[in-house]
Amino acid sequence: MEGCRLAVNDLACRRGERVLFRSLSFDLKAGEALQVVGPNGTGKSSLLRIVAGLLAPFAGMVEREGSLGLVDERPALEEHLPLGRALAFWARIDGVRHDSHSSPSPLAGEGGAPSGAEGEGSAAPAAAGAADPSPNPLPQGERALFRCGLGLDELLDVPVQYLSTGQRKRAALARLLGQQAAVWLLDEPLNGLDAATARECERLVADHCRAGGIALIASHQPFDVPGMRQLDITLFAPPLQRMGSGWGMSAEADLPDSPHPNPSPEGDGL
Amino acid sequence: MSIIATLLRRDLAQMFGGGRRGGAVLPVLFFVAVAMLFPFAVGPDPVLLARAGGGIVWVAALLAAILPLDRLLAPDLEQGFFDQFAVRGVAEEAVVAVRLLAHWLSFGPPLMLAALPAAALLGLHADTLRTVEWGLLAGTPGLAAIGLIIAALTVSLRAGAALAGLLLIPLAVPLLIFGAGALSAGGQSGLALTAAISLLLCAITPFAGGAAIRAAREG
Repeated sequence: MEGCRLAVNDLACRRGERVLFRSLSFDLKAGEALQVVGPNGTGKSSLLRIVAGLLAPFAGMVEREGSLGLVDERPALEEHLPLGRALAFWARIDGVRHDSHSSPSPLAGEGGAPSGAEGEGSAAPAAAGAADPSPNPLPQGERALFRCGLGLDELLDVPVQYLSTGQRKRAALARLLGQQAAVWLLDEPLNGLDAATARECERLVADHCRAGGIALIASHQPFDVPGMRQLDITLFAPPLQRMGSGWGMSAEADLPDSPHPNPSPEGDGL
Repeated sequence: MSIIATLLRRDLAQMFGGGRRGGAVLPVLFFVAVAMLFPFAVGPDPVLLARAGGGIVWVAALLAAILPLDRLLAPDLEQGFFDQFAVRGVAEEAVVAVRLLAHWLSFGPPLMLAALPAAALLGLHADTLRTVEWGLLAGTPGLAAIGLIIAALTVSLRAGAALAGLLLIPLAVPLLIFGAGALSAGGQSGLALTAAISLLLCAITPFAGGAAIRAAREG
């Protein structure tokens, strides 16, 4: 995998009138994963969107090396197309990019062996080959999709609009696998996934990190990847808002009794 | 280069196949319907219709340009396509430029074809029809460009569809003046000015549209 790095330095995020977090810093090197935890509305998704370059930070900067893959609540798949063709669009977009600089595929050696060992992945390519009407060889992304054991093989002919939340999430993960990005940004990846697929998702992240990738995961659910660090985003919220914005005028008076002492801007375990 | 081709293929498939983006069929039918209404309203006076007909075709084209606006960009933004493009380093400008080409292909040539039955309904003379067709060729890229800019600007607004129609009409007035003005005496300069406005609008659109989409993302 290409050399990758993700460093966030003294980041602050403001949405509307509220500062969600400030003085947030971390540094991820190749093979590392970080889970951002915190209740709803504390800025986990905003952090991911800032890292992805989709939102401008209020302060601070993001340094990034390596290609970027994003999975959020929107699968970015054509609603009326069968899943296979909707994924093939992204496979073509991503295939072009990879053919152009022909980077070795991290999944070619990595993903095939484990899923084959589970006895499920070995049957999948044959079934998919039979279902696929087109005789021409599958693009890179689709091959990765069949290998990844996300159980999408029977769904390839189903229009995206008939897929359930969990199936869409699986499709988005398949799109991410096909992209072969170095830095994964996953926003609530386990939402809608059943227990078995959630374990599969954790395994994919672990494989990705073993292959030298970086994963940044925003999730309020437990996400089990060996060696993954956690970052509690509420520690970086401004003190007034941590009291709860609903408390109105008493919030300021209660500030000294705050149960969470104001963390020092630097050195929060990272 | 092949990313552009892939994008164009997707856009064209969406605009022609099944009419996912308002499609090519609906604006054309609307265009013919408006042209058909005028003889009913004004009465079957061939002289009057032949004189007003060219302008009527232009007004119908302008109104037809409003129809596809709310489907041009909003679905892609809602479904996260633009975020995925941005993450892959595909510029919004490139996506919008491709979309402009696909939008014009699904809008301009079909409208020029539909102008033939419309001209028959209005009893236009052959030379008037020729001027109208040249005018549409020069003017529809501009209409498509204005439509795309407005679609990008209103993409995050709740009442975007209604607002888009209201915005398009005044912005399209220069095209209408020169395009329909070419029908009166000394027409050639009107066509040239229509084409000039269209070219200018087409040149601006990718940048204006790209900036508008990035601004919508911040919201």
